[in-house]
Amino acid sequence: MNHSAGMSTANLAPAEARTPQARVAGAMRGFAQEIGALSAFRLESCIHCGICADACHFYIATEDPQYTPIWKVEPFKQAYKRESSPFAPLFRLFGFKHEVTADKLAEWQHLLFDSCNMCGRCSLICPMGIDVAALIEQSRHAMFEAGLAPKELYHKASHQQNTGQPEASAEPYRDQLLAIGSRFSVEIPLDKPQAEIMLCVPRTDIEHYPGAVAALARVVKHLGVSATFRSDGLVAENYGYYAGGKEWQRDISLRLIEQAIACGAKTLLVPECGHAYTALRWEAADLYGKPLPFDVRHVTEFLADELHAGRLKLKSAITGKTTFHDPCQLVRKGGVNDAPRALMRAMGIELDELANHGGFSFCCGGGGGVLDIERAAPLRYRAMENKLREIDDTGAATFLTTCSDCRRTFDDAKVHFSWDKKPHSLLELVADNLSPTGT
Amino acid sequence: MDLLGFARGPALKVALAVFCLGVVWRIVGFVLLRIRRDLNKPRASALRYLGSGLLAVGTRSWPHREFIARTGPGEALGYSYHIGLFVMVLLFTPHIVFIGGLLGFTWPGLPSSFITVVSVLTLTLFLAVLFRRVTHPVIRMLSNFDDYFSWFVTMLVIVTGLAATAHLGARYETLLGLHILSFDLLLVWFPFGKLMHAFYLVPSRAINGALLARKGAVS
Repeated sequence: MNHSAGMSTANLAPAEARTPQARVAGAMRGFAQEIGALSAFRLESCIHCGICADACHFYIATEDPQYTPIWKVEPFKQAYKRESSPFAPLFRLFGFKHEVTADKLAEWQHLLFDSCNMCGRCSLICPMGIDVAALIEQSRHAMFEAGLAPKELYHKASHQQNTGQPEASAEPYRDQLLAIGSRFSVEIPLDKPQAEIMLCVPRTDIEHYPGAVAALARVVKHLGVSATFRSDGLVAENYGYYAGGKEWQRDISLRLIEQAIACGAKTLLVPECGHAYTALRWEAADLYGKPLPFDVRHVTEFLADELHAGRLKLKSAITGKTTFHDPCQLVRKGGVNDAPRALMRAMGIELDELANHGGFSFCCGGGGGVLDIERAAPLRYRAMENKLREIDDTGAATFLTTCSDCRRTFDDAKVHFSWDKKPHSLLELVADNLSPTGT
Repeated sequence: MDLLGFARGPALKVALAVFCLGVVWRIVGFVLLRIRRDLNKPRASALRYLGSGLLAVGTRSWPHREFIARTGPGEALGYSYHIGLFVMVLLFTPHIVFIGGLLGFTWPGLPSSFITVVSVLTLTLFLAVLFRRVTHPVIRMLSNFDDYFSWFVTMLVIVTGLAATAHLGARYETLLGLHILSFDLLLVWFPFGKLMHAFYLVPSRAINGALLARKGAVS
């Protein structure tokens, strides 16, 4: 690729225009902030076996070597060897590793954003045990500092950091939330000064799946727990996480953290949103700078605990042959494996598991912000075909999941492929089968 | 001083010094970078996730069922030549005597004829590994000087060792000198390239396994 080709094909926000030198400096600054003993060890340990390709749905679908997960961090591996590794002076002296150029960084935008869901499947296959997904997330941070976040993610992250919403809406989300309550005849607990549990909501649910919002309110009311949404910390998603903007990710998380503290919550309940769980459960405390003074729980974890404690009783659900998609951020990267299955068992559902399920589940293809990147759509459709085939192969009539972005990705596939399946929310199914008696 | 005397005398001493200092520096060089404390509340107790990390050292030795159909042949090739190297290096009686001289203790070896067969098989596997590296699109793309040179220095030790054992092409002492010199070269190269994975393998698997177990996730 010639010097200008990478940059000319990059998908950039106009606000992020800068000189090639400034881009490289930004990337190296972002990279230097990230590099610690752990990430250095990960970069040191790669033996170039290429096995990680065999875990990645983008490679499996295309057999294109550029989609090999560890290749996606190649510029940063190169920069580490040349600038920070124990033998960096030798690498520079003998010219084994060249300086990373702005053009190369721009060329890698497609690999780090469009063709990676940060799903972490590659981290389970590496014979050296390298967490490749963690390296990709760190590389996204460096790309953001270089002004190379895709424009869709940049704009949404910027808007969310400034306003709390990833996009402007005709009505503020607060008003839309109350309208959902009226429409579904359910009380929306909002802005209570004190509550045991602070609730938040995926904007995807507000815009596309209001039934899931109502379901959350219904189960909370049914359990009689003290809970509240907070107008100033409403949105669960974190576009800073997707875009690689670490400061923005922190600011977006802080909105929720501060509101949870303000209402004295003991639990911040993450709704059906996979990456919100990763951002809040496994990253927020590091960005906050100290342990969070409350627990962060996914709604299925909370409900499964209520079930085990005997406070939640569920009726048998009539779903027929049923399968379940494990959202990567919840299961593989988050460890929420048993809770959704406990809820389904309690509703009498015997799952027909996908060929790859639990921690080994394939990503829906839309995670990591890929669903939002317009240019990525053709590749995303190719990458998700295998997943759709697995779902079809179960012969299931009902297809459940517990992440609204996964739902949206599958709903999009339904239209694109004229696919005959519809993803359903596990939370909505629970809310539809609440029972005071458990019969 | 003849070639053999040089190879197992000053050359070996220098090579061992480079090896030891290089390995220590390569490890210290990144361990001294900052280590961030994870402030997010773990799902499991420290004892449990550290135990899971140690367990992952073993479990990651075998591909998960979900991956084996795609990775099985490549991993079988990798394991085969590593086993061959292990047998050649550590179970050949002259090597045991040589290493025993450095360590101060020895262990039983296998018959020379068996080691010769293993060596020829390993040599063949090494050629297959190189063929795979240059023909597999993913591995070819990832490969750099380090991969090819590490292959070359390891191969050189095997070839010269076989030649010395079979007395092929020159006096035994000369062939043995070349074999030990090639080993000296391998020692010198070791800390600079991917051969370091021999030291990284266990901690790398253990750390990743422990971090995933900290979240309650499968490793």
